[in-house]
Amino acid sequence: MSVSVPIDDPSKRVTLVEGGHDFKSVSDTVCRPVETKAPKWWMISFGIAVSLLLLILSMLGKLVWSGVGVWGLNNPVMWGWDLVGFVFWVGIGHAGTLISAILFLFRQKWRTSINRFAEAMTVFAVICAGTYIAFHVGRVWVAYYLFPIPNSMAIWPNFRSPLMWDVFAVSTYFTISLLFWFVGLIPDLATIRDRATTKTRKIWYGIFAMGWRGANRHWMNYERAYLILAALSTPLVLSVHSIVSFDFAVSQLPGWHTTIFPPYFVAGAIFSGFAMVVTLMVLARELFGMKDFMTMHHLETMNKIILATGTMVGYAYGMEFFMAWFSGNQYESYAFLNRAFGPYSWAYWTMISCNVIFPQLFWFKKIRRSIPIMFIISIIVNIGMWFERFVITVTSLHRDFLPSSWFYYSPTYVEICQFIGSFGLFLTFFLLFLKYLPIIAISEVKGVMPAANPHYHGEEH
Amino acid sequence: MTNKPFGLLAEYKTPGELLHAAERLRDAGYKQFETYSPFPIHGMDNAMGINDSILGWIVVTCGATGLLSAIALQTWVSTSAYRIVTSGKLLFSFQAFVPVCFELMVLLSGFGAVFGMFFLNGLPQLYHPLFKKPTFRTVTSHGFFVTVESTDPRFSIDDTARFLHETGSTAVEVVEE
Repeated sequence: MSVSVPIDDPSKRVTLVEGGHDFKSVSDTVCRPVETKAPKWWMISFGIAVSLLLLILSMLGKLVWSGVGVWGLNNPVMWGWDLVGFVFWVGIGHAGTLISAILFLFRQKWRTSINRFAEAMTVFAVICAGTYIAFHVGRVWVAYYLFPIPNSMAIWPNFRSPLMWDVFAVSTYFTISLLFWFVGLIPDLATIRDRATTKTRKIWYGIFAMGWRGANRHWMNYERAYLILAALSTPLVLSVHSIVSFDFAVSQLPGWHTTIFPPYFVAGAIFSGFAMVVTLMVLARELFGMKDFMTMHHLETMNKIILATGTMVGYAYGMEFFMAWFSGNQYESYAFLNRAFGPYSWAYWTMISCNVIFPQLFWFKKIRRSIPIMFIISIIVNIGMWFERFVITVTSLHRDFLPSSWFYYSPTYVEICQFIGSFGLFLTFFLLFLKYLPIIAISEVKGVMPAANPHYHGEEH
Repeated sequence: MTNKPFGLLAEYKTPGELLHAAERLRDAGYKQFETYSPFPIHGMDNAMGINDSILGWIVVTCGATGLLSAIALQTWVSTSAYRIVTSGKLLFSFQAFVPVCFELMVLLSGFGAVFGMFFLNGLPQLYHPLFKKPTFRTVTSHGFFVTVESTDPRFSIDDTARFLHETGSTAVEVVEE
């Protein structure tokens, strides 16, 4: 439990970098993991991550070899853990874009020390989501049919289908997130290049730093590019999860066919993504000694956003029920009563307690500032958000319009191992990122330090 | 010294001194000079007297290309190349084309922003005379520098060096091409 603190004075800005750092010591601290030997915990975690990566690779191998029949999907539940996993990972990715783009446009300077981290999370989470997209088509070797490529059969994709919109949304999102992340990395890669003591490091970081030398004419175009990318990513992130929700909402299935889906999905995505950032940040700041940059103030602000978005998600759950009753549509009403009291009610109530009840604890400042409690809640939220996607996808499908085709869907070991393995894919990339790239945006953090202001004369004012 | 040097490199201690030096150089009529810092410094563009970035125009052009090509692609595919009626919708259902139009516009604008920035900055550039200077390596960590290039009409090694010392530089050195 952290020490209790008095209420913040709203007339004063909170110090974003603690520990009395100067510019050089910021570079030193952030570059240390890159320049030193990997610690023992890293080697162990990396070993585990790679084992899980092998698990997903073997499951995907089995899927390709035998076909999608190795999953437990059957009529009428044609979407199961595959879509749940896809939406889960894409949703997690959205927090990274929110932090890097939306908070940037709102001039939320506290984002500087966590945006690199969150953007990396976005890129890797979208890669995980992409494995589901690519492999759920079954014959993955013809997945290029998804794109409008001229072919000898003269067939073209159907642009009136939300699934086609999804192809464009997710691939654009991945590309833009990767570019945004890389642009942010360039000055910091140059920092590592200039500090390099080994030839390998100098060459490799030098290539990716692209000859950056901090010239003001470069900074001018660079800052403009960054601003434009932020302005593009902000509607992009909202569009991506809206389009993901169209995969459901544009169909005519009770429980899916609702207009609340786009905002509800976006709020849920930010909710789960922030929880994932807190989970990873709590560990990384501890293990890499970055507490001066990822301060308690950062974590507390994150927890406030989790509280706000969790409440929005709770409101959406309530509103869905209200509309099902208010519409007077018996199929819609049945779909929702069946959600809460039918065969999958265990999943529904897991979702409600994880997403609606637990985050409400963040009303208490002591809890918002307690590392162990926030760590546990952030994991609970991620479990809850996985269940939300499961509830939406499966409960709406398993009671078809024809009672003779009603079905209780359970996953096979392939689906379960593939999902567990997707964490291996994510963690492998993430651990490599933690070790080989600056996990904090060095130049941006320096920019928000008081000494960076050209009118600074050695004291705060 | 047989070749013409690249210019002079002057080091400063703080962002404030760098900004001040840039103002002095601008007022003295220098054009071919550049400031270098580990992070962008607020107000430096004015202090150096340089024009605003034109990147926005590149991005607008790219975004318009993306939007127009998305409209053209979807219209052509749906109404001409592959005429199939699905779920009773019109062949030209422009409402359904909006998401892809938006995504392609964003994608091409993003390419315009990133690659346009590289183009305007002349990156990637893996060699530059300054990279030979060991002192310059601190520029990405905690160093603040000014270069005055020999192509500037007012450039003269002795006078410019004296002037840079006057503006508060702690060290001035010649950079070879």
